[in-house]
Amino acid sequence: METTLREVIKQITFKHLKKFKGQVFGQNLTGVGWVAGTLPKLYEKDGVIELPMADVANGGMVTGAALVGRRPFYIIRYQGYNWLNCIFIVNYACKSKEIWNKPAPMFIRGLSSEGGLGPVSTSSHISIFYKMPGIKIYSPMTKNEYTKTYKKFMKSDDVFYVSEHRKSYENKIEFKNSIKKNLDIILMPISVTRFEAEKAKNYLNNNGYKVGIIHLYELKPFVLKKKWISMIKSSKYGVLMTDNDYVDGIIRTLAHKINEQTNKKVYVLGLKDKSAGYTLETSNFPPSALEIINKIKQIKIKKRV
Amino acid sequence: MSYKNYRLKTFEKASLCRNFENEVFKRVNEKIINFPVYLSAGQEYVPSSIAQIVKDKKQKPLIFGQHRGHSIYLSFGGNIVELIDELLGKKTGCTRGMGGSLSINSNKINMFGHEGLMGSNACMGVGACFSSAKPTIVFLGDASVEEDYVLASLSWAAKKELPILFVVEDNNYAVLTKKKDRRDWKAKDVAKAFKLESYDIDDQPKNIFSVLKKNLFKKPIFINVNTKRLFWHSGAGVDEEVKGDRLTLEKKFLGKKAEKIHRNIKKKIENLWKQRLEK
Repeated sequence: METTLREVIKQITFKHLKKFKGQVFGQNLTGVGWVAGTLPKLYEKDGVIELPMADVANGGMVTGAALVGRRPFYIIRYQGYNWLNCIFIVNYACKSKEIWNKPAPMFIRGLSSEGGLGPVSTSSHISIFYKMPGIKIYSPMTKNEYTKTYKKFMKSDDVFYVSEHRKSYENKIEFKNSIKKNLDIILMPISVTRFEAEKAKNYLNNNGYKVGIIHLYELKPFVLKKKWISMIKSSKYGVLMTDNDYVDGIIRTLAHKINEQTNKKVYVLGLKDKSAGYTLETSNFPPSALEIINKIKQIKIKKRV
Repeated sequence: MSYKNYRLKTFEKASLCRNFENEVFKRVNEKIINFPVYLSAGQEYVPSSIAQIVKDKKQKPLIFGQHRGHSIYLSFGGNIVELIDELLGKKTGCTRGMGGSLSINSNKINMFGHEGLMGSNACMGVGACFSSAKPTIVFLGDASVEEDYVLASLSWAAKKELPILFVVEDNNYAVLTKKKDRRDWKAKDVAKAFKLESYDIDDQPKNIFSVLKKNLFKKPIFINVNTKRLFWHSGAGVDEEVKGDRLTLEKKFLGKKAEKIHRNIKKKIENLWKQRLEK
């Protein structure tokens, strides 16, 4: 049977603990579900460390573990808790190499949901990390992407933030970019919106549009490849980016970078600029395939006018 | 080492710190140093006493300090010239000119830098101690011990029975706000509630010596040491006249030998500053 992303994360974690004598820190790790099945059933003697329910302090304690070279994994079970956990990570761990010549490499696994969990835990919150120097941010949705990200971490002495999505854990497929010259528009989706963006692209291409797609998972540092620049420049309407973080977050920064390098319009769809409740009516969901399709139709109509 | 010898050795360290800080004070007044400076003069007996005990025990702990850290750096054997250079913003400084006064570090003495969020060093010290199993010292102030994340760190250190020493240099002030205006609890009582071996003492070396001689790095210990700062939170402001300055009292007690040590160190530090300023 083909493995899932969930299984690959579990294997990587096992290897990190057993082969490299690493440590995994977090809250409620060994409890219900073992972090949605991504954590091998190991305990403190194996390096799986249950932290107290003190998120701010915990971020600092894991920074301490990183400073003494244990290359810890740090699991934040809901990215909403990034707000509490990020303080010492971004202000100390990320700056430690530059200021004190003392790297604090850690692999932060931030789990995100896709709506329905209220004001904080409902979505991605990577934008708060993004603006700080000294951090690398990835959002792998496939097995290969996750494996590559981990390998990069093991060769690096930086802080890695790995934005995960519960919805992706069952994923078995790899995404492929699909770009060529003279497209109508190119989709550049981030994180879990990549699944919906794929659906939207297929629908639109079957209905008379010429839509390409570039899957983004390496978010910081963000490198726009030469080939991408050339394809974007030749497109009719530019780029539509999608994300599961707020629309005024990281996605706008990336859009601006793309715009600077291509001189093309870059549209964005993310979480709406509103607070989220818990129901279908009140939550704040990431853009669906239908919303992406409608946005592209609007762009086309506006351009014709 | 006899207690008398310990007291003299501690004086030597404290004198180094005091003379150093007096020189920094001059440079701040002369506007040679233009960034915020956090002077530890008046409080130097706390790190000096502990550093001497640690030295006698032949331990090399991980050290997590915060602002007012010059005396920590010097007491534990940090390079003096590199600290002067750091305060002058030179690349040859202990933190390559990046650390200013607050964020100094030294690999030589295992002293980690501080980023400026008061009390964060408690969290990092606990994490580093847990993951390395190495003896660790965390220096805090009476203000930073009020930070919620510091309390969480004390709790976890107790739970994990870490070989760690928490030291609160309690000078009674958060910038210019006195402790009685900020809280109605004692740090020692809170630490005790977390089941830490905890003490509330003044900065006489014999007190510090007696509470640390038995269990240092054998279990987590918390000491709140009441001390007196000579200078304001940052820069060159001076508090009202301090009565009972520990260094003055100790010098008087130790007599001529201490006076001579103090004079010689003063001269040495003045010369070093002069040399580095001329360079």
